[in-house]
Amino acid sequence: MTAAGAAGQPLLQVSDLHVEIASRRGIVHAVDGISLEVPAGEAVGLVGESGSGKSMTLKAILGVLPPEAKVTAGSVVLNGTDLVQLSGSQLNKIRGPDIAMIFQEPMSALNPVMRVGAQIAEAPQVHLGMNRRQAADRALELMRRVGIPDPERRFRSFPHEFSGGMRQRVMIAIALSCEPALILCDEPTTALDVTIQDQILRLLHRLCRESGTSLVFVTHDLPVVAQICQQLAVMYAGQIVEQGTVQEVLTRPCHPYTLGLVRSAPDVDHPRASLEAIPGSPPSLISPPDGCRFHPRCKFAEEDCTVTPPPLRLIDAGHSTACLHYERCLDDLQAEGAGR
Amino acid sequence: MSASSAVAADVRQAPKPGPMLEATDLSVSFELGSAMVARMRHQEHLLHAVDGVDLTIERGEAMALVGESGSGKSTLARALTGLERPDRGEIKLDGKVLAPRRSRADQRKVQMVFQDPYSSLNPRMTVGSMLHELLRVHHVVPNREVESYTAELLGLVGLSEEAVHAYPRQFSGGQRQRVAIARALALRPELLVADEPVSALDVSVQATILNLLQDLRRELGLTLLLISHNLAVVRHLCDRTAVMYLGRIIEVAPTETLFAQPRHPYTAGLLAAIPRMTFEAEDDAPAVQGDMPSPLRVPTGCRFRTRCPIAQPICETEDPALTTAASDPAHSAACHFAFAAVPPPRHPVDVAAAEDVSVDALDEGVAP
Amino acid sequence: MSAISITPAAGAPQAGTAERAQPRRAHWYRQPALMTGLVLLAIILFMVIAAPLLTSYNPDTQNLNDTLAGISSQHWLGTDQEGRDIFSRLLYGGRVDLQVAFLAVLFPFTLGTILGSVAGYFGGWVDIVIMRLVDIVVAFPFFVLIIALVFVLGPGERSIYIAITLVGWVSYARIIRGEILIAKRQEYVLAAQSGGLSNLRIMRRHLLPNVITQAIIYAMSDIVQDILAIVTLSYLGLGIQPPTPDWGTMISDGQNFLTTHWQLTTIPGLAVVVTGLALSLIGDGLADLLRPGQA
Repeated sequence: MTAAGAAGQPLLQVSDLHVEIASRRGIVHAVDGISLEVPAGEAVGLVGESGSGKSMTLKAILGVLPPEAKVTAGSVVLNGTDLVQLSGSQLNKIRGPDIAMIFQEPMSALNPVMRVGAQIAEAPQVHLGMNRRQAADRALELMRRVGIPDPERRFRSFPHEFSGGMRQRVMIAIALSCEPALILCDEPTTALDVTIQDQILRLLHRLCRESGTSLVFVTHDLPVVAQICQQLAVMYAGQIVEQGTVQEVLTRPCHPYTLGLVRSAPDVDHPRASLEAIPGSPPSLISPPDGCRFHPRCKFAEEDCTVTPPPLRLIDAGHSTACLHYERCLDDLQAEGAGR
Repeated sequence: MSASSAVAADVRQAPKPGPMLEATDLSVSFELGSAMVARMRHQEHLLHAVDGVDLTIERGEAMALVGESGSGKSTLARALTGLERPDRGEIKLDGKVLAPRRSRADQRKVQMVFQDPYSSLNPRMTVGSMLHELLRVHHVVPNREVESYTAELLGLVGLSEEAVHAYPRQFSGGQRQRVAIARALALRPELLVADEPVSALDVSVQATILNLLQDLRRELGLTLLLISHNLAVVRHLCDRTAVMYLGRIIEVAPTETLFAQPRHPYTAGLLAAIPRMTFEAEDDAPAVQGDMPSPLRVPTGCRFRTRCPIAQPICETEDPALTTAASDPAHSAACHFAFAAVPPPRHPVDVAAAEDVSVDALDEGVAP
Repeated sequence: MSAISITPAAGAPQAGTAERAQPRRAHWYRQPALMTGLVLLAIILFMVIAAPLLTSYNPDTQNLNDTLAGISSQHWLGTDQEGRDIFSRLLYGGRVDLQVAFLAVLFPFTLGTILGSVAGYFGGWVDIVIMRLVDIVVAFPFFVLIIALVFVLGPGERSIYIAITLVGWVSYARIIRGEILIAKRQEYVLAAQSGGLSNLRIMRRHLLPNVITQAIIYAMSDIVQDILAIVTLSYLGLGIQPPTPDWGTMISDGQNFLTTHWQLTTIPGLAVVVTGLALSLIGDGLADLLRPGQA
């Protein structure tokens, strides 16, 4: 089943999603009203640090939230169906053929006592009704596609016999096995070495281009997003604070948090004298700050930032920000550029 | 006199001749299971995590040790810190050969900051008691000055005095790393070894710790050995860089030279593999193909040949040593064609032929 | 401060806003199991300690004119076959049994912890030797070994302590050894080693406080087992010797009258059960409390 969105309609539309977690100290607003559109055939990056809510968002989309978390508002519409409203068994029919997920730790996401070939062949048997022979052929073909060498021999191997990069390829093969229109990626390369990360990113990029699959790619690593995504949404404290094309957002960040992220990572090609750190720590999600959640750490914060939470608004074609004073980011960038 | 000048004065090193640290033909191996069983199964049972390393660290410089998992960099760092026993080779500190079982005085001289801020501090000790203990056991300062010295140490890393009474669980990851740095500095070491000090932290917090390390270097004239897989961090912080692959150092050079003109194909691939914020369409060919071979089955000849785009027949039979060019003695690389005027033509890498046995079980972050 | 341009960390540690905040432990007074157990134990301890206040009878005083009396206002639980007041025997007997049990748990705890730490931390042949000792002891059923030892050593309180120590240390040794094997891989131990701290100091100050909780939890259930052992030994005539009152001898004495005056045996038996229950609840409660990550 390939991307079947009606002309102009995005494949996935998340609207005002809220996820709450019940904890002993109160209700944690892990995801607090985010809206996201994933066009067919495009990769959307979801960037944020720990506690930003990006992983929860993915899990909410797929319906695999931990038991203490639940979606309290909003909708997740995939090909016209609101996934939030579906029951468990209805969701099971969708997982695999329509939407799949790859995880950060392949060792824990793969069944250690099941042979790799069997794991890849499982979904086609269940969802596509293939018999064992057909599913095995499909698995072999997928293993070739994802670049696992010597697939006939590797088919009968167990996950622990593979390296980290190879396991990630196995996970990608499983995700692709029923040709879903959308794949959710939860930091799939964070645990990998640089050279292997490079291989996996290029592989994903090629596969999605070839089959027109959309991606939602969650990471904390900005350059990784630049490699693989066309669109980018930056999350902070459960909300999206900036959204736009990858190029726009990373070269002309219009939110102080994005600016801080860009500036705090050392650039391998352009070493700076010193890195700009973002002071403070992420806020409590049980009782977040009033007004803009970033204001306690923001160097551009003004009086009005502490009063009302600023909405995400369009400032340019396809570029939105939740900062009331975004022009100061642009001024700051200009000053830096002039100073060089 | 500034508040931290006591500590600064202690840590700053008096100029001495010669390199601070010299490791020669260093090897660290681990036994996997019983030797007898391995022999019966015709398997290798010794894992050579570090396999013949020569390394020199000059006083006052910031040296980087770069590599991916399985390269042996963490094991080498621990061997230099005295936490692993080398089974071959020697380590000289200030010209004096260190015994495999270091004396307390020698142990003090090399201190380490560990990667995981959540397991490198004893959860049941307050920051203060941890620092007091170190200061007292080594008689770093007279007993009556221990408390004020502790406060100075904490101030040096940007923590307030109240931290003394706090337990590690009350701190964030970045703050814990500050505590870890304070602990490492408490004994007035000559060499600070930082093993991936920021990898476990959020990106925005990494910057504070990196800035701190940079400031400490400047303020205290600290000699630093930084272990990292992140080349951007290395370029930002270090004067010289050594690249490790499968237990060997395969290239050493001043950082800028390494980045501008890598001489070893692995280094070149590593640099090319770093994701960058470029937005042009890239081609699908990855910078480095294949997986790192298992350290139990190191390829004959040059270790990198199974993934090398310029491998030639000689690479299978002869293991290249670290050589330098006459034009740049500071830059050495272990490749037969490192300084060739015309390198061999590139060819596709046969990925299927390369071993890709799991490396994870041999992760040198967790020595077996 | 010197010229270091450090972005100031928010000085005081931030409890609620840690990047990866560790879950806070439930307050111990909110654990139902723990509280119930503590309350029960408190009642039991109060009663045995305050025995002289609660009963005017001497547990040894025989009154052959008033044997096997039932419950009355004079004798709250009646008298036994030699006219001794059961209630007072229960309380004074409890004193003896509980005291011996609590003490008897300390020796194996200490011995086992020391041997387990040494085995776990140093490994090598030390570990091998100690673990083989453990294997030998474990090969025998607990009670059989204890009874055999006491038989050989001669009955009495001292033999109880020796026997329980020689047999009971193995569980603690295993627990502590296991915990130490894991804990010594933690980086804070490596940091202590690189700080030139002696092995003894590391074991004592750095490792033990982190691993001792498992042993303490086990000790709670071990006390129960020890009470049972003492009661059993006394029942067999090998433990607490008459005329010292204790629950085991009470049970043994009363078994001849099981069909007619069942309270002679049942009452001390119930006392054992309730005490065991209290200690088990405390052990469970502690285990839940100290186990990380329970919401």
